[in-house]
Amino acid sequence: MDRVAIVGASMTPFGDREGEWLRDLLAEAGAECLDDAGVDADAVDHLYVSNMASGELEGQTGVPNMLAHDLAAQPAYTARIDQTSSSGGAGIYAAWQSVASGASETTLLVGGEKMTHKTTGEATDVIASLTHPVEYKHGVTLPSFAGLTARLYLDSYGAPRESLGKVAVKNHENGVDNPKAQFRKEVDLDTVLESPIVADPLRLYDFCPITDGSAALLFCPESVAREITDEYVVVSGVAGATDTHVVHERADPTTMRGVVESSEQAYEMADRAPEDVDFAELHDMFTILEFLQFEDLGFAEKGEGWKAIEEGRTERDGDLPINTSGGLKSKGHPLGASGVAQAVEVYEQLLGEAGDRQLDEPEVGLACNVGGFGNCVTTTILETPEAE
Amino acid sequence: MTDQNDDTTDAETGHPEMTAYRYPDGSVTYPGHPRGPDGEEPVGTVDLSEYTAEVVTWTTSTATPPGVRQPNHLAIVEFDVDGRPVRALGQLETGDIDIGDAVEPVHVEELRDPEAGIREPESQAWDGFRFRPVEE
Repeated sequence: MDRVAIVGASMTPFGDREGEWLRDLLAEAGAECLDDAGVDADAVDHLYVSNMASGELEGQTGVPNMLAHDLAAQPAYTARIDQTSSSGGAGIYAAWQSVASGASETTLLVGGEKMTHKTTGEATDVIASLTHPVEYKHGVTLPSFAGLTARLYLDSYGAPRESLGKVAVKNHENGVDNPKAQFRKEVDLDTVLESPIVADPLRLYDFCPITDGSAALLFCPESVAREITDEYVVVSGVAGATDTHVVHERADPTTMRGVVESSEQAYEMADRAPEDVDFAELHDMFTILEFLQFEDLGFAEKGEGWKAIEEGRTERDGDLPINTSGGLKSKGHPLGASGVAQAVEVYEQLLGEAGDRQLDEPEVGLACNVGGFGNCVTTTILETPEAE
Repeated sequence: MTDQNDDTTDAETGHPEMTAYRYPDGSVTYPGHPRGPDGEEPVGTVDLSEYTAEVVTWTTSTATPPGVRQPNHLAIVEFDVDGRPVRALGQLETGDIDIGDAVEPVHVEELRDPEAGIREPESQAWDGFRFRPVEE
């Protein structure tokens, strides 16, 4: 079977894009992606927009059709992919399906969100609206789920509080070298550990910011990719899975079943194992999530993930660099864009286009995009065409 | 079957209940679901407000959404219902708590302001049970 390739990628600067709205951001990323691939908009058969809450945040619906018109991509088939914070990963899965099935020869995926015009409380409430009524009425938020889980993780596995802080320090350090990251400044461990408490034991620097931004990818069959360019990557594995909607019903709150299930399927599809992965972009909406995914993706035994940061394994010069882009923590987290932006980083690393944060000729990269508090997950494995 | 999204009120006594649902395989969930872990419809209910629970983990949230108290102490707790573990999430009366502490459910008429958040006020109940440490 012809493999599915990615022949173009783009990402707007992430951050506070005052005066620019979702329409502007999507069009900016979409047009840049087509330019990157050297493909005209009229070649696009399917156009997907990954977005969580344009109606709730901006009062703008019908976004995919809007983007198709703005890019002159009609009559392309369009659809909006909403899977909360994992909308981007779900968009990758949908785009892969459209090409792999033969339904589309050229699929443009654009993820985006406009958030910074809302207060932190308002944005937090929009995100928390994904919760079950018995959770929502107690005022639970995604950050409070992180606090609950972090306390249990530290207590269960004897991990030091400082290890979580070191995740923030690492990802901020990586973000300095990403010209499109929201935060391009280093923070030291003391600053992290002395920042205001948000959801005890987690503090301000354990959390990602509220962000505007967009990112895009262009998919086609590998046979078509070879005709367009010498520089492309292949989607060797992609799969999605869910966990319980009600978070407290999970037998072990420190295990994300959606990560376990989706990665097992993605590894099988790619004929890969965790040890084959050269680097990964993980969904560090909260520092604790980097440990949970690191373990549930098979990179460490349960309860041992925190040791990787202590041993320097996940640093850019470690044996398994994590979040070279700066992660959601530093790069920013415009909900629907984040999963797409993770893959943009993997794409750029595999093609040697990551600038000052470039790794040494990686061949296999993984992106794990998490929605809710592990409620929905997509794991994607990208490779260079000649990866062994 | 009652609305599985919400706690209920005892028809005879008028007392509010913290309603969990029992399924044919013996499992119990809070809240209930149209199909349980075994894929079957619920066959009965359990009032968790008659039980004490143990704190699995807790947090104090200081960045709360509109209409939510600040700070907001929250816990995941575990009930033992005839040998079956049943977990619930809820507000705590106090942040002076530890993992493993015993707590009991206490009914509260309004856990957050229904008019202040994004959710349609009529779409769900807003009363429920807060957890109070049990004096040893």
